[in-house]
Amino acid sequence: MSTASHEVNASARRGKAPAGERLADWADGRLGIYSLAKANMRKIFPDHWSFMLGEICLYSFVIIILTGVYLTLFFHPSMQEVVYNGPYVPLQGIRMSEAFASTMHISFEVRGGLLIRQIHHWAALVFVAAMLVHMMRVFFTGAFRKPREVNWVFGFLLLVLGMFTGFTGYSLPDDLLSGTGVRFMEGAILSVPIVGTYLQMFLFGGEFPGHDFVSRFYTIHILLLPGIMAALLVGHLILVFYHKHTQWAGPGRTNKNVVGMPLLPVYMAKAGGFFFLVFGVIAAVAAIATINPIWAFGPYRPDQVSTGAQPDWYMGFSEGLIRVMPGWEINFWGHTLQLGVFIPLVIFPLVLVTIAVWPFIEAWVTGDDREHHLLDRPRNRPVRTAFGAAWIAWYLILLVGGGNDLWATHFHLSINAITWTVRIGFFAIPVLTFVVTKRICLGLQHRDRDKVLHGRETGVIKRLPHGEFIEVHEPLPQDQLHTLTAHDQPKPLEFGPEVDENGVQRKLGRTSKLRAKLSRAVYGEGAQIPKPTAAEHAEITSGHGHH
Amino acid sequence: MSNEDMSEANLPSEREHAHHGAVEPVGDPFADPGLPPHEPRRQDIDERTARRSERTVALLFTLSMVATVGFIASYVIFPIGKIVYIFPFGHVSALNFALGLTLGVALFAIGAGAVHWARTLMSDEEVPDERHAIEATPEVREKVFADFRQGVKESQFGRRRLIRTTMMGALSLVPLSGIVLLRDLGPLPEKKLRTTAWRAGMRLINQNTNEPLRPEDIGVGSLTFAKPEGLSEDDENFQNVIAKAALMIVRLNPQDIKDKRELEWSHQGIVAYSKICTHVGCPISLYEQQTHHVLCPCHQSTFDLSDGGRVIFGPAGHALPQLRISVNAQGYLEALGDFEEPVGPSFWERG
Repeated sequence: MSTASHEVNASARRGKAPAGERLADWADGRLGIYSLAKANMRKIFPDHWSFMLGEICLYSFVIIILTGVYLTLFFHPSMQEVVYNGPYVPLQGIRMSEAFASTMHISFEVRGGLLIRQIHHWAALVFVAAMLVHMMRVFFTGAFRKPREVNWVFGFLLLVLGMFTGFTGYSLPDDLLSGTGVRFMEGAILSVPIVGTYLQMFLFGGEFPGHDFVSRFYTIHILLLPGIMAALLVGHLILVFYHKHTQWAGPGRTNKNVVGMPLLPVYMAKAGGFFFLVFGVIAAVAAIATINPIWAFGPYRPDQVSTGAQPDWYMGFSEGLIRVMPGWEINFWGHTLQLGVFIPLVIFPLVLVTIAVWPFIEAWVTGDDREHHLLDRPRNRPVRTAFGAAWIAWYLILLVGGGNDLWATHFHLSINAITWTVRIGFFAIPVLTFVVTKRICLGLQHRDRDKVLHGRETGVIKRLPHGEFIEVHEPLPQDQLHTLTAHDQPKPLEFGPEVDENGVQRKLGRTSKLRAKLSRAVYGEGAQIPKPTAAEHAEITSGHGHH
Repeated sequence: MSNEDMSEANLPSEREHAHHGAVEPVGDPFADPGLPPHEPRRQDIDERTARRSERTVALLFTLSMVATVGFIASYVIFPIGKIVYIFPFGHVSALNFALGLTLGVALFAIGAGAVHWARTLMSDEEVPDERHAIEATPEVREKVFADFRQGVKESQFGRRRLIRTTMMGALSLVPLSGIVLLRDLGPLPEKKLRTTAWRAGMRLINQNTNEPLRPEDIGVGSLTFAKPEGLSEDDENFQNVIAKAALMIVRLNPQDIKDKRELEWSHQGIVAYSKICTHVGCPISLYEQQTHHVLCPCHQSTFDLSDGGRVIFGPAGHALPQLRISVNAQGYLEALGDFEEPVGPSFWERG
C-alpha cells in the first residue's frame, strides 16, 4: 500500500521516474534491496595499508576462477595414453597422457592459452601467499578476538583448502614434476597405519599411478574444493560487513565507532580499482616470468625424475618435514610402521593448527569476553607477538629444509649440515625467536612509555647555566599521547588463594591452576611494561626542571 | 575503559565547542582529543589542480583502451609459434609476451585511474559510524529461548521418545549408503604391493635400446636402467608395471661388494637393484661411481649399492630391494625370480 501511494506521489510530482530508478524500485519490491543498501551503501571502512591484504586474496581468487573456467574449455582430464604430434618438436612421438597433451595444446596451439595458464598458476601462488600474510596481519594485531573468532576459522579453512586446491591443480597436467609430487603423496598415504594401503587404492583406483587420479583430482580441483571455498569466502565477507572492520586506536577512534570513508564512492573506487591493479600485475608477471614449463619437464613416468624437484612454495614446509625426518621404521608382528614418513604426515596439519588455535587459547587464558574492535599494536601484546614470530620462524626453517638440495647447491653447503641445522632448528629456533621477539616488544613498550612521559627527542642540545648539557625533549601532542596509551593492560586471572582466611582448603582444579599460570605468563609481570599513568605524567610534566 | 567513555563525548558533534582554542584538558592527559579536523587537499580548494587530476584519471582510462586495442591487435598479428629475443627476458613467445603486457597495462591502468580518482577527487573526509554490540539484548535472548521451548514443546519431540530414537537411528544410518557406494573407488590392497612383474627366467631389457642386456654391455662405473622382458610402452598398464619393476644395474668389482648375500645375488659383480626409493617412491637416478652410492633426487636418501643397498643418509627407512640375477644359456642377463620383498615405500602390511 505505502509503496503504491509513494509511487503515485513520485510520478505525480515529476512525471515518469528515470529508468534506473524504476528498475531499482522493481528489484526492491521483490528483493528488498533498499534496506540492504541503506545499511551498506555508505558503510564506513577504516583505511590502513594492511587492510588491503585480504583484498589481494579475494581478487586473486576471482582471477583464478575466471582463468580456471577458460582452462577447462581446453583441458582433457584423462589419463588415456596418446602419442604427441603437436608443434613442440622435442616431445613429438613421445607417449603421454591426454591431460599432458591437452596442456601442451593449451600452451602451444591455443592463442593466449599459455598466458591464461600462467596467470592461473601465478594467481594461485599469490592467493595462498596473500592468505598467509593476511592471516599474519590479523594475528599480530589481535583482529581475531571476539567477535571475530568464527571469521578467523573461516579464513584458516580457506588457507588450508587453498593449499589443497593448489596441490590438486598443480598435479593435473600430469607432467614429470607434478607426478613426482603425487608419488610423494602416495608414499605418505601408504605410511598411514592400518588403513594406508586401502586409502591409497581407493584414492588412485588401484596401484599407483593407475588411470584415475587426474580425473578425480580434476573434480576435486574445479568443483568440490572451490565450491566449499566460495561458500566460506561469502561467509567471510558477510561477517566482515556484519562486524564492521577493525581499526587502529587514534584520536576519535574508539571501540564503539568505526572511522573511515564510505563504501560509495571511495571504497567502491579504491577496492574496485585494486582488483584491476592486482589482475594487471599478475597478467604482466605471467607475460614475463615463465611458471611451470611442463614442456621442459615432459610427461610423467614413474621411473623417471629430474633433480631439484620442488613443490609449489606453500607445500614447501611439508617437504621440509619429510626431508629432515630421520628414517625411522619399526617392524613388528608382521607389520611395518614407517614413522619416518608418518610423523611428518601428522606434524604437517599440526603446524597449521598450532597457529589456528591461538585465538581460543588466548581467550581462555585471559578470560577475556569483551568485544574488541580496536587493533593491538604487536608490541603491546608481547607474548602473542612472540608466539606468532616463533611460528613464522618454525615455518621458515621447514621451508629451508624443503629446499635443502637447492641450499646445498646454491651456497655450496653440505646437505648433511643443512639437514642437521634444520633438525635442531625445528626445536631451537622457535624458542629463540620467542624470547628475542618478546624482549624486542618489551623494549618498544619502554620506548613508548619514555616518549609519553618525557616527550619526543628533538635532537636539540641545550647547555644549562651550570654547564650541563641536556637534549631538549618536546612533549607529545595530545593525539599521540592518547594513541600511545589507548591500549588496555589486562591483569592476569586470579583464582584466589587456595586456603581462605578461615584456613579452609579451597579446591582449585588442575585446569584452573594451569590457566592462572598461563595467564600470568601472558599478562603478568615481565610480560608487559606498565603504561604511564596520568599521575606519573602529571608529576614529570609539572616539575619543569626534569626532562 | 575510561578512555572509551571519554571518547563518546569527543565525537565530532560534541567536539565542536570543545576543540577551538588549545584548551588543556584538565584531568586525564591521555584523553581522546577527538577526530582531528579535516585538512583539505589541493584538489579540494584549487579547481585547476582538480582538473589536472581529472585529466590524469582520463589519461589512465584512455591508456587502458589503447592497451586493449593492442591486445586484440597482438592476438591477430603474432603467429603463435613466433619466438623473439627481448632483453632481459631472453627468448620468449612474442604472442604470450605481447598479450600479457597489453592485458596487464589495460587492467592496471583502470585500477590506477580508479584509485587516483578516489584519492584526489572523491571526498577524503573521515567520518565516524557507530558500532552496535553483536550480541542480542536480554529481551531478545529471552524471546528466542521462549520461542524455541514453545516450538520443541509443540513438536512433542521431548515427550515422544520412540519417535526421537527411531528418527536419530534413521538419520544416522542413511549416510551409510553413501559410504558403501565409495567401496568401488578402488580394489582392495590384498597382496598387490608385494609383487612386481619380475619372474624367473625373464630377461633384463635395456630401457634405452629396448635390447636384452648381456653382462658385457655393462662396464664398471656405468648405470643402466632396465625393465622386464615383454613390457612395452604401449601396454595399457605400462605405468603401473614400471612404477614397481624399474631396475638399476651397475657393475662393481666383486671384491668391493661388502654384503655376502648381495654377492650371491649378483652376476660377476653386476647387481640389480630396484630403482624405486623405499622412502616415498621417487625413482633413484643419481649414481656416484667411486663410492657406489645412489641418491634419490627428491629427498636425498642415499643408498650404498656395494653394501646391500643400505641407507647411509636421508629419510629412507630401509635398504633398497635387490633382484637376483644370472645369465641364461644364450648369455643374456635374466632374473631368477621376483624381488624377495616389496619394492617402494613402506606400508602397514609390509612386515
